[in-house]
Amino acid sequence: MTAIQSRKLIVLAAIWALLLFAPYWMAPLGGYTALATRVLVLGLAAMSLNFLLGFTGVLSFGHAAWFGLGAYGAGLALKYLTLSTPLAVIAGILLGGLCGAILGLLLVRRRGVYFAMVTIAFGQVFYYIAFQWSSLTGGDDGLRGFHRQPLDFGFFKLDILNNDLTFYYFVLFCFALAVGAMGFILRSPFGRTMIAIRENERRSRFLGIPIERHIWIAFTLSCFFASFAGALYALVNNFADPRGLHYSQSGDFVMMAVMGGMRSFWGPLLGAAVFVVVQDYLSSITTNWMSFVGLLFVLVVLFFPRGLLGFFQRSKA
Amino acid sequence: MTQLLLFNITNGLIIGAFYVLMALGLSLILNLSSVINFAHGGFLVIGGYIAYALSPYVGFWGALLLAPPLTAIIGLIVERVLIRPLYGRDPLYSLLLTFGLAFMIEDGTRFIFGAQGKPMTVPAFLSQPLSNELFFITGYRLFMVAVVIIAIALLFLLLRYTRLGIRIRAGTLDLETVAALGINIGMLRSLNFAVGIFLAGLSGVLAAGQLGLDPTMGTGLLMPSFIAIIVGGIGSLPGTLVGGLLIGVASGLTAVFFPAASEAVIYVLMAVVLLARPRGLFGEEGMMT
Repeated sequence: MTAIQSRKLIVLAAIWALLLFAPYWMAPLGGYTALATRVLVLGLAAMSLNFLLGFTGVLSFGHAAWFGLGAYGAGLALKYLTLSTPLAVIAGILLGGLCGAILGLLLVRRRGVYFAMVTIAFGQVFYYIAFQWSSLTGGDDGLRGFHRQPLDFGFFKLDILNNDLTFYYFVLFCFALAVGAMGFILRSPFGRTMIAIRENERRSRFLGIPIERHIWIAFTLSCFFASFAGALYALVNNFADPRGLHYSQSGDFVMMAVMGGMRSFWGPLLGAAVFVVVQDYLSSITTNWMSFVGLLFVLVVLFFPRGLLGFFQRSKA
Repeated sequence: MTQLLLFNITNGLIIGAFYVLMALGLSLILNLSSVINFAHGGFLVIGGYIAYALSPYVGFWGALLLAPPLTAIIGLIVERVLIRPLYGRDPLYSLLLTFGLAFMIEDGTRFIFGAQGKPMTVPAFLSQPLSNELFFITGYRLFMVAVVIIAIALLFLLLRYTRLGIRIRAGTLDLETVAALGINIGMLRSLNFAVGIFLAGLSGVLAAGQLGLDPTMGTGLLMPSFIAIIVGGIGSLPGTLVGGLLIGVASGLTAVFFPAASEAVIYVLMAVVLLARPRGLFGEEGMMT
């Protein structure tokens, strides 16, 4: 085993150890378990966006749509169809992922800013649907009237409804599943092709890679992961919010990815942690937190364009 | 029924004129500098509130004359200080920066002027309806449409005949060659940005007179402007013009038959256009990728 490989393993072990023990080390630092759960869920959403942005080089500015659809899918399933939490999560994933797959067909031929612009506009469609169709979605007030249900394995039950700690580990388990799948895809030949497209699209095309199909698949996978995060988010809040579908939420996801470091796999999780903690703190001390979040965007773009991880790596080198 | 139809078509055209004014500014900046200016709605708000703050001193007409150039100057400063360092980098960064800026402008306006809406008084003779039958056509609405038409005509004349306009058009097609011909690209981008922001400021003043002011008024107009650009075809200003009017009328007409869908219909229109003609109505091949 080479030195680099073993260092990677150590870093990976450290990350998982931090996540496993988060509820224990966060409390003394002034955090709380629900905050850690939110970081995990939003981190997963940012990582799924980065799956597309950082590894295929395609900027989607409408990922809140798939995130929000996942939330509404899970919420509606719990409210009207089933009392099983895992089934509701699957319903959310399917709703967001399939909508993403279909709209992706319309999007894949555009690149760069134009891709971003069309994804913003299409993302807003779902915001308006959720906003207007109040008989189903609760409109502006959001979807209420459902709760995550305890997991029933027949011989024992996990009470994820009332026990925050158990719920954290349930979310961590889902997070690990999704992140494992993402890592597996990125290490596969398909993932390598995605990176090749990011590095030099024209050259990849000349090598005979069907660019559009690859971008569509990457986009669709990314939508599935984002709606997974969204479905979990509905469980976190027992509530689905139309603002979770709005393009400002997409902006937050892009910000998390950029702030953490787009070129690294774990960067967006770090970005999400910083973003959630900063937002939580700001909104507790001032009503003008929007200005400060805006200022944060401006400062990060001007001074830390490579993100926190990129910044550390550069200063180390 | 005819009257209702006419009412909504007129409404749609007037809303469409706003979309066009916003979208043309956005489109100018997007075409030359590849910057999606998320703060465009914010500049509209700035224009409106400058007019509101000035009108007690200089009256409505003075505010109408002064507010757009003042907004353009603010835009110029923002471009110089914040956006210029980002040219040549991934367009993602300017998008994020203007996104943050939009937050700051909205919240800043709320901080200074308060969250509740403010009325903007227009001269009395403009607020009279023309006749009882056509109650919905007030003088102000006609005046607004006239101003929009004049502004658009001036913009197209500027682009067609002046040296600046010719350079902007050339730069849209091939910025590198324009730079190689010895034209100051930085200056060109600044002026182009200022022209775009001028249009946003103008729409802000006009919107203030029609709808009153509130800090979120810009955000609602931003998304339809994006769609106007996409429908009309990215890279084509006449396309943006047609796109804006089209979605305005489409949402006006939908309001007659199915009010709940009047906002959603413009997205449907966009999807249909993209399916039938991926580059937009007037877009040129190659501009989309």
